[in-house]
Amino acid sequence: MSTNSVVIPRSSAVPVQVRIPTILRPDAGGAAVVTAEGATVGELFADLVAKYPAMRGKVITDDGELHKFVNVYVNDDDVRYLDKLDSKVAEGDTVSILPAVAGG
Amino acid sequence: MLRLRRDVYLQMVGDCYDKLPNEACGLMAGPSPRDDLAVGQICYPITNVAASSRVYELDPREHLRADRDAEERGLQLVGVYHSHTHTVGYPSPTDVAQAPDPAWHYVLVSLADEAPSVRSYRIVDGNISEEPVVVVD
Repeated sequence: MSTNSVVIPRSSAVPVQVRIPTILRPDAGGAAVVTAEGATVGELFADLVAKYPAMRGKVITDDGELHKFVNVYVNDDDVRYLDKLDSKVAEGDTVSILPAVAGG
Repeated sequence: MLRLRRDVYLQMVGDCYDKLPNEACGLMAGPSPRDDLAVGQICYPITNVAASSRVYELDPREHLRADRDAEERGLQLVGVYHSHTHTVGYPSPTDVAQAPDPAWHYVLVSLADEAPSVRSYRIVDGNISEEPVVVVD
């Protein structure tokens, strides 16, 4: 192997802090904030589920869509008004998950 | 049990009247609940993006701001309130179906009678149980 070889990451995945709502904390080892890696919100959640399998199906449906009972934000912005699961994340961003609260 | 500070109680009921004819909604923050006792120490009126007299949906960005504000104060969101403008203060099937968090306290402010009624419920796995509401100074 050449000493000059450069390791090229598979994607521009970066570590991002993800804020977990109280209702999902038991599925995330009790943590309020966890770190996940990805270049998009979708990649972050894939990493999150790999780290915390109990979160499978809680944020992303089995069809790969954002669950309708959660809201996800990159910093202050609701990802439904960005590029949904394709919304880009950068180092230093905070992704927040909150339950969507509604009723009659 | 839900203990509401008097100013929170007044703000909540006032918000429900202010938002007529639509349903009002908002969040309450307090210390981490212990032994089923939650304290409503701060009230966050939130825009009902459904703008309806029959249903409510919290504005997601205002919800995020309330969550952050509570955290910065060392508190957490402990529940949600909304009004029933013409019906009794009991959770509707929609309320139960969409109740996200079994740890939360669900407050219903009914404006059906001349005097407002404020009642609180826990909703766990679709089961509704009412709890006492105490207003404190």
